[in-house]
Amino acid sequence: MTAPTEVRRAIAAEALTKRYGRTVVVDDVSLELPAGGVVSIIGPNGAGKSTLLGMVSRLLPVDAGRVVVDGDDIARTPGDVMARRLGVLRQDNHLAVRLTVRELVTFGRYPHSKGRTTAEDRRHVDAALEYLDLTGLAGRFLDEMSGGQRQRAFVAMVLAQDTDYVLLDEPLNNLDMVHARAMMRLARRAADDLGKTVVTVLHDINFAAAWSDRVVAMKDGRVAAHGTPAEIMRPDVLGAVFDMDVAVHEIDGRPIALYYT
Amino acid sequence: MGATTAPAGTASHRGAVLGIPLALLGLALGAVASVFIGVSDVSPATLWADDGHARQLLTVSRLPRTVAILLAGACTAVAGVVMQMLVRNRFVEPSTVGTSESAALGLLIVTIWAPGLALPGKIGVGAVFAVAGTLLFLCVLRAVPIRSVVTVPLVGLMLGGIIGAVAAYIAFRYDLMQTLSAWLTGDFSGVTAGRYEMLWVVGALTVVVYVLADRFTVVGLGRDTATALGLGYRGVMALGLGVVAVTSAVVVVVVGALPFLGLVVPNVVSLLRGDNLRRSLPWVAIGGAALVLVCDVVGRVVRYPYEIPIGVVMGVVGAAVFLWLLLRKAPDVG
Ligand SMILES: Nc1ncnc2c1ncn2[C@@H]1O[C@H](COP(=O)(O)OP(=O)(O)O)[C@@H](O)[C@H]1O
Ligand SMILES: [Mg+2]
Repeated sequence: MTAPTEVRRAIAAEALTKRYGRTVVVDDVSLELPAGGVVSIIGPNGAGKSTLLGMVSRLLPVDAGRVVVDGDDIARTPGDVMARRLGVLRQDNHLAVRLTVRELVTFGRYPHSKGRTTAEDRRHVDAALEYLDLTGLAGRFLDEMSGGQRQRAFVAMVLAQDTDYVLLDEPLNNLDMVHARAMMRLARRAADDLGKTVVTVLHDINFAAAWSDRVVAMKDGRVAAHGTPAEIMRPDVLGAVFDMDVAVHEIDGRPIALYYT
Repeated sequence: MGATTAPAGTASHRGAVLGIPLALLGLALGAVASVFIGVSDVSPATLWADDGHARQLLTVSRLPRTVAILLAGACTAVAGVVMQMLVRNRFVEPSTVGTSESAALGLLIVTIWAPGLALPGKIGVGAVFAVAGTLLFLCVLRAVPIRSVVTVPLVGLMLGGIIGAVAAYIAFRYDLMQTLSAWLTGDFSGVTAGRYEMLWVVGALTVVVYVLADRFTVVGLGRDTATALGLGYRGVMALGLGVVAVTSAVVVVVVGALPFLGLVVPNVVSLLRGDNLRRSLPWVAIGGAALVLVCDVVGRVVRYPYEIPIGVVMGVVGAAVFLWLLLRKAPDVG
């Protein structure tokens, strides 16, 4: 038996590039995110965060470079194998079909069940509904719910997929502060208790700093900074990424950026 | 707040479990009644009296007709909902995006240049044209900048109009206008044993759709979600297009197009039961069969003893419901 060489458990983007026409929106990005923990991607609108996440999750074709997940090139790995390893929430989710919350979340089990829902699948669905505070709304049609409730349903779907890597593009969209905090707490729990790797795109840098192990700051299609929250939450770093003055204060032992006035 | 919504979900589920056998029973009763409606006298009494003529009429004409109605109705409605999943738009179906017209054009061409080809071969050519016409629609759709819910079927209707005009021109040149109009206007009066059997093939395809229902629903969730869930998007898309094209071609040949059927029934079912095909597909099939059955009886009794082709009845009923659905939807399009 040939012993497999040790596989690096990580998501690695290798020299990824994406162009639209002549505009380069992701420019030769190389980034390794080792498995485990919560990683936040921050950066101004149009920095290329969603495009990077789209390429990493194989939903967008790359123009150059490749993505390697746990040693496998995603372009050469069968789609259903990847679907059991990596789940993704896109920034814009609009449904043309009418489904109930439970039906949508049950489709998150599709990579495992292929349509034949087992007791195990139902257990995952119930747990995901519970985690996102949707148990009472499970029978409701999605087009009869608020934006925030719908957003939670989509996250529950990704969670039910039960993948090692969970990529969430702006999961806090439309959420009130109660549910926004619950969402980040959930990301933390998924990483700490279940050993998952959660990558989130966030707009609120204070949320990113408070809940992440690492922060990746993007600007103009490149990684402008990458480090621990303490390394990123500095006026000079944030100022350069966002092109504005950001004051950082320590409140209750945490760095808090003030940019409201 | 959860307490008010959860029971609603379970109640509708219970309704569905009980509802399908009940609906099937109603459909069966309607079908039996329809067998005995017609110009010639076929009634339980004449059959009892061992009237040879009545028996023959029953097996050669009435039964094939009723079976054709049920199969064509159910399969056309299912083809409609499949197309809606593939295009991700509620307002498309074979007769609103040029699929039916393309099938008719293919049949016309094969009738002119290869008249000796056997019926399955002709239907095959019709299906190939139907696939090509539908792909053309998808390409045009990609090129159209404004993609509101309503422009999609409008683009389809225009494309269908153009293809239909080309077919009409060719039919006119070759003196085949009557044949073309028989294909484009559904009519069950010509259905007899020996011609309607092709519909069983389509019935089998519909069963395949039901077996693979979850894949079509996942495709309806969009390309990104389907890919993220590990579904072979292109494969399901191709299979769906194939089913829709073959269904259209067979229905066009055997009974003629049934306009709006594949649009009206899935939309009404969607309002009542949602779009999870595993759950809604039986309702779409039953609803399609029932609507055609009713329209067929209406067409037969309105101008008794003459018959109005079902395509005309469906066109009127369907267009009215289509407009209502469009206008109802309009506010949340803007
Ligand atoms: N389909 C597209 N066609 C052309 N340009 C696009 C497309 N998608 C994104 N872009 C451009 O790529 C850049 C990066 O977009 P995106 O990754 O969505 O940014 P972010 O998520 O960081 O806000 C933006 O300038 C956007 O306009
Ligand atoms: Mg984005």
